[in-house]
Amino acid sequence: MRVLSLVLLAATLFAPKAVKATEEQVVLGLSRDRVAITANFDGSDILIFGAIKRESPIPSGDPLQVIVAVSGPSAPVLVRRKEKKFGIWVNTDSVLVDAAPSFYAVATSSPFTEVITDTEDLRHKISINRAIRSVGADMNIQNAQEFAEAVVRIRAREGLYSIRENTVAVDEQTLFRTEIDMPANLTEGDYAARIYLTRGGKVISTYQTTIDVQKVGLERFLFNLSRQQPIVYGLLSLAIAIAAGWGASAAFRALRGN
Amino acid sequence: MQIYLPIAEVSVNAFLLLGLGGMVGILSGMFGVGGGFLMTPLLFFIGIPPAVAVATEANQIVASSFSGVLAHFRRRTVDLKMGTVLLIGGLTGAALGLVLFNYLKSLGQVDLLVKLCYVVFLGIIGGLMFIESLNAIRKSRKTGGTAPKRRQRGWIHAMPFKMRFRTSGLYISVIPPLVVGLFVGVLSAIMGVGGGFIMVPAMIYLLGMPTKVVVGTSLFQIIFVTGFTTMLHATTNYTVDVVLAVLLLIGGVVGAQIGTVIGARMKAEQLRILLAGLVLAVCGKLALDLLLMPGEIYSLGTTGGH
Repeated sequence: MRVLSLVLLAATLFAPKAVKATEEQVVLGLSRDRVAITANFDGSDILIFGAIKRESPIPSGDPLQVIVAVSGPSAPVLVRRKEKKFGIWVNTDSVLVDAAPSFYAVATSSPFTEVITDTEDLRHKISINRAIRSVGADMNIQNAQEFAEAVVRIRAREGLYSIRENTVAVDEQTLFRTEIDMPANLTEGDYAARIYLTRGGKVISTYQTTIDVQKVGLERFLFNLSRQQPIVYGLLSLAIAIAAGWGASAAFRALRGN
Repeated sequence: MQIYLPIAEVSVNAFLLLGLGGMVGILSGMFGVGGGFLMTPLLFFIGIPPAVAVATEANQIVASSFSGVLAHFRRRTVDLKMGTVLLIGGLTGAALGLVLFNYLKSLGQVDLLVKLCYVVFLGIIGGLMFIESLNAIRKSRKTGGTAPKRRQRGWIHAMPFKMRFRTSGLYISVIPPLVVGLFVGVLSAIMGVGGGFIMVPAMIYLLGMPTKVVVGTSLFQIIFVTGFTTMLHATTNYTVDVVLAVLLLIGGVVGAQIGTVIGARMKAEQLRILLAGLVLAVCGKLALDLLLMPGEIYSLGTTGGH
């Protein structure tokens, strides 16, 4: 009898939550799902907006919070530390950070710590420090953690990593919108846009889509040429240089009138 | 107007690059140097990755040297034979330099190497030029200018494999020019410079070439060495940014012509002392970077591949 009541209690306690988790879903819109890096590219704003689809009325209790995380392609980064040797500053220790995104922006609807608990952050790898993976640190190197922190610090300074609290606007717990501005020094690749819905710090629904960032036109042509036909590309660069040198000389001779 | 550089993968202001090209062009026109030793550090400073800056600068020097050498060909002040000998050394040196460059890049010491090279060579050349032009000014005030003393070149004349260089009026061993070429070739690959600022004094003081053929011959040689360096960087590191090069060389060639006009109106000693000051200033700035604690002791790099 006692066991049964416990089960019943558990069912009443947890069942509604389980249902809730699947009930609220994201319907997403992007102002653009392609970012074209053209010759005069100087950054891009992406409007990410959406609605929460639900079959039942808005649950009472903790309000709905939204996290939007946009991350660029991950690549290993070799972090080096300088030390003073023989009077000058020289790179000495290095640590390979296995995977660090080239771009990372997190926007939240409230301060980060209120939106999500630490355990949930750990599980979903949302905050910048969690999104960077570093395992291969050499045991001989002191403070290996500082190397990963350096990646975050340096990239944040370049505008590549950012956390923007309170920048997701949520209306009536149903509509949300935010704007992610991407800097001019972007690299190419598939950028993942992840949206998390949370209540009381717990993730109740996730949604993921990709934004395609690509060089186009002349940029695309030159980049491909330099990788696929490096000899042709090198000769082209030289030809341009020679032509410019000759052109300048000829033009100024004509200008001086001889 | 922002422009996105396809290889450097950074966005920079096009007018800034044109301006930099123009400014360095004016200086190179005034002083008859390639200007690579100024441009490459400036490119580091505006945030171009060092590997791209070095490779692209080599490409830009091809343009400015070609523009310059045409004028010297018309005046017949190019010693083709000497140029070819220097070139053989230079090409070998450039290949060696690139191997060294890539090896140190894998060790993470390439920035240090490049900066050390700059500090050492700019320091020596700048210092020597400064002292020499100060003395020249002092002398010309006292006596109204006397002919400079001929330097002793005994040990160079004792070397084998002698060759006659008609345009320069020299009969010397091919070993010294080969070594000079080799040395400048290595520097060209590592520092992204033409090496004129080392080549010209070496030709005058070490090889004893007449001053009038020195600049033309050095330019002739530099075109091929930097052209070769460009190709090496383009095919092994994929770091030549043609958009960056075009912007720099447009500014550069225009600036060089303006600089030539300014240079023609100034006295040789004044020019040299200005150039010496400039060289020492760049050297001092780079030396401070090495000696003082950097604001950020960590730096990010990619791993081996591209």
